[in-house]
Amino acid sequence: MNQFEKLTIKSTIQHLKCKDFSCKELTEYFIKKISDNRKLNCFITETPDHALEMALNSDKKIDNNEIRAMEGIPIAMKDLFCTKNVKTTAASKILENFIPFYESTVSKKLWDSGSVMLGKSNLDEFAMGSANTTSFFGNVINPIKGKNNSDLVPGGSSGGSAAAVAAGLCLGATGSDTGGSIRQPASFCGIVGMKPTYGRCSRFGMVAFASSLDQAGTLTKNVDDSAIMLQTICGYDEKDSTSSKMDVPKFSEYEKLSLKGKKIGIPKEYLVDGLNSEIKKSWENFSEEFKKIGVEIIDISLPHTKYSLPTYYIIAPAEASANLARYDGVRYGYRHQNVDNLDDLYEISRSKGFGDEVKRRIMIGTYVLSAGYYDAYYIKALKVRRLILDDFIKAFKKCDLILTPTTPNVSFLIGEKQDDPLEMYLNDVLTVPASLAGLPAISVPAGKNKDGLPFGLQIISSHFNEALVFKAAKFIEDTNK
Amino acid sequence: MKNLIKGKSNLWEVVLGLEVHAQISSKSKLFSSASTEYGSEPNSQVTLVDAGMPGALPVINEYCIRQAVITGLGLNAKINKKSVFDRKNYFYPDLPQGYQISQFQHPIVGEGFLTIKTEEGEKKIGITRLHLEQDAGKSIHDQDFENTFIDLNRSGCALMEIVSEPDMRSGLEAAEYLKKLRTILQYVGSCDGNMEKGNLRADVNVSVRIPGEKLGTRCEIKNVNSIKFIQQAITFEAERQIKLLESGEQIVQETRLFDPNKLETRTMRNKEESHDYRYFPDPDLPPLILEDSLIDDLKKNLPELPDKKKERFINLYKLKEYDAEVLVSEKDVSIFFEELVKGREPKLVVSWLTGELFAFLNKKNVSLAESKVTVKKIADLIDLISDGTLSNRQAKEVFEVYLEGSKTAKELISEKGMAQISDEKELSNLIVSVLDENEDMVKDYKSGKDRLFGFFVGQVMKLSRGKANPQMVNKILIEKLKR
Amino acid sequence: MSIDNSIVKKISKLSKLKIKSDSEDKMAEELNNILNWVESLQEVNTEKVEPLLSVLNEKMPLRDDKVVMDDNQVDILNNAPEKKSGFFVVPKVVE
Ligand SMILES: [Mg+2]
Ligand SMILES: [Zn+2]
Repeated sequence: MNQFEKLTIKSTIQHLKCKDFSCKELTEYFIKKISDNRKLNCFITETPDHALEMALNSDKKIDNNEIRAMEGIPIAMKDLFCTKNVKTTAASKILENFIPFYESTVSKKLWDSGSVMLGKSNLDEFAMGSANTTSFFGNVINPIKGKNNSDLVPGGSSGGSAAAVAAGLCLGATGSDTGGSIRQPASFCGIVGMKPTYGRCSRFGMVAFASSLDQAGTLTKNVDDSAIMLQTICGYDEKDSTSSKMDVPKFSEYEKLSLKGKKIGIPKEYLVDGLNSEIKKSWENFSEEFKKIGVEIIDISLPHTKYSLPTYYIIAPAEASANLARYDGVRYGYRHQNVDNLDDLYEISRSKGFGDEVKRRIMIGTYVLSAGYYDAYYIKALKVRRLILDDFIKAFKKCDLILTPTTPNVSFLIGEKQDDPLEMYLNDVLTVPASLAGLPAISVPAGKNKDGLPFGLQIISSHFNEALVFKAAKFIEDTNK
Repeated sequence: MKNLIKGKSNLWEVVLGLEVHAQISSKSKLFSSASTEYGSEPNSQVTLVDAGMPGALPVINEYCIRQAVITGLGLNAKINKKSVFDRKNYFYPDLPQGYQISQFQHPIVGEGFLTIKTEEGEKKIGITRLHLEQDAGKSIHDQDFENTFIDLNRSGCALMEIVSEPDMRSGLEAAEYLKKLRTILQYVGSCDGNMEKGNLRADVNVSVRIPGEKLGTRCEIKNVNSIKFIQQAITFEAERQIKLLESGEQIVQETRLFDPNKLETRTMRNKEESHDYRYFPDPDLPPLILEDSLIDDLKKNLPELPDKKKERFINLYKLKEYDAEVLVSEKDVSIFFEELVKGREPKLVVSWLTGELFAFLNKKNVSLAESKVTVKKIADLIDLISDGTLSNRQAKEVFEVYLEGSKTAKELISEKGMAQISDEKELSNLIVSVLDENEDMVKDYKSGKDRLFGFFVGQVMKLSRGKANPQMVNKILIEKLKR
Repeated sequence: MSIDNSIVKKISKLSKLKIKSDSEDKMAEELNNILNWVESLQEVNTEKVEPLLSVLNEKMPLRDDKVVMDDNQVDILNNAPEKKSGFFVVPKVVE
């Protein structure tokens, strides 16, 4: 086995400090591994030259003893984050050749802390999907195989990032989570996916899907790495009016926290129809495990849970319909050639530039905002969203954390659930509520089903309480070993 | 009732409301830090936000918020402590985001009013609201045969949209409203009111009705960019609507464009789908909450507004109402006046300002500020009139040359040999010689022909080549003729 | 509230998406499925509930009125599908 295979972010930092190997060697290993695994289709753009340049720079820093938080750590950047002079597509034909001249805040923070960019990872087009099957650049394949070695979806929309981490093509990856797009693929790929509190990470330079929900986060092999990587991307940014000014604690010090005497709520509404029995069993088991270390497990109710998905599927498409209006073929992006009037320019460019799921959501979003339907759909959804948030606020008066499954089921075959968008939407039923409430939530591997397919449990806390989330996630991680 | 328009069969009342877009005089744009400088290279003042690039996010300019509040205070309006920014969605090539960030349900400023002068006296015009929004870029249709060019320099500039109630009843009232609004904007300093540069643009809502009946269907005339055009557009549009109604047709609610060459309005061609702007709160921007301290601070430091200033001018300088109105109608002028009047006779100052100086500016077609005429320049001239060195008539003669040149008043007068003769002895000598030459006339005068007094004055002036101080000539002549 | 082909047409016009006429039925059906599915919201009593505009109660940050240009004009036009003398170019618009 290669010496690099078992590395984590945390261990790599130690090795690099001790000069057990150089960043250049490490980076070359990952570049090779990525090219050997192209069949997984994890990357839209590989950036080996960038990576080597950054690695050499990190080696210099290490030589000079100027080691930064993520010095020399090779990562994948979800192709939703604008990267200066590197193609950024959002997995859409409409941005197929778009080269930003600016850097997103999240990616800038990672480069500033020494991370090495291996490439831009694949995703569902404009982050709209739960299986990474809507990408213009083709679906991503989960490195974990199904029965008879069948190809499974990695989940979505951060499917390329999750699969890359799971396949060992990088040490960590950025993701974005609008309704579960970090947690659900993390669950499907057997890794840790963390979505922090809304406002923790700047959205500047991240291609917008649904602004009030979009939040950057991390996909990593374990909880410690998640804390290290999340640390580098959080913080107030004056370029984003919704970014939070709350202090960012040192997440890696979560170890110092104690779970003893803490209360974890089990929301009965998350026992949804069709919840996989093995996942349900694991959920119950871990409740018991928590009890053993002095955590009080209490039953709680989040009564509006069942309205979360409908609320989400009004708000997210509505915002998306406006956010995606800028892709009009005028200033950048795909333009259909040889049109002789403006409407054709718009309509043909957009119809050819966007895929079916994106168009469907733009249509729904346009409809729920249009005259006569706005109050019945959009305003109604905003009101129910408040009720959903209020449910959580009430619950967190009784408990410190909430434990739920991440997904109702494990990964499925590529091509499955493709015909019915609604069935696909159900993937997010357990992740969407925390998104609507802007709460931090993690998915941490909690076991495998009888076929060896992984699944995660989700831990949710009140706003800005990520450290406690890490603490509980670490317990599950350790117990699951 | 005045202002009614005579149709074939009826007297009609025209009902007008204005939507004015005023660009805030800020250095940078409403949601981006690009410059607002006018007349730069195309697309040279464009940030990510202004070009609607992926991942761009708006961050609001505090100065623009303050200017909107000050303007609201100047319009006697309610300031809303909580307001919300909405997206107004439509596609147009100079609208890069595919939506305009505006305020729909919760504007920053609510109801207010201003007063205008009409023939029947003062009239209150209601303000419905004032909200903040982004300007669009510029589409240039006439530079190329097949293409439209897009310049985004103006995209994202801060606008205040100020909406009036449909309270105006004639083109003249609409013009007065716009002038008054512009004056207030200038006084509070939020907008320079320059219509030529497009910093102040008005859309006019026009409808007609038989007096007493309910409001008719209105048409909106877009972007009429001068006060004169507004009146012309209203005249045409009102007549068009009356004609239609009198021939039994209906008015279609629509947006129309005014053609200043043909003096007519026409339907905008680009309107195929019914506009459905799908306003919704912009999720990139939390609600705007104004602190009480900010509002109080702005209230305390609110500049003196034109109505107040007019009152003060009338009381303090004993000006006629008309003169005071003229002086306060432009902030620059009112400041110029107050500087100039210090230690001088208000009547004389007013007559020189509103008479000669305004005529000069009109002729040159420049504003007071553009003309660079200083207070000192006018003051020096007026002082020479006051102390009798120069007659009013002489001063008028040299006025233009004086303003355009660099010479001081004294230099110019001595150069032209124009100083007035105010020396009593010298004048007496002149008068004596005139009287000596016209002994017969003196006799006639003394026997009752009073009219001849003017003749003597004229002769003295002629002899002095117009330099004799007329008041003194009068005084001495009366004395001499008594004997 | 159900979507028929005329609404599909209207919505596609508003969102500048060309839906081929033979796809209108399918689109209408898909949209109706989604709408039926979100219909359950109507049963929630929201009488005294304020719409939620922002999950965090933080104030809108304010920017100083300063000119800062991050990048120059060349960059703004760099990705333009068509440009001429510093302008973005689109087919002629008739007003
Ligand atoms: Mg308007
Ligand atoms: Zn407007």
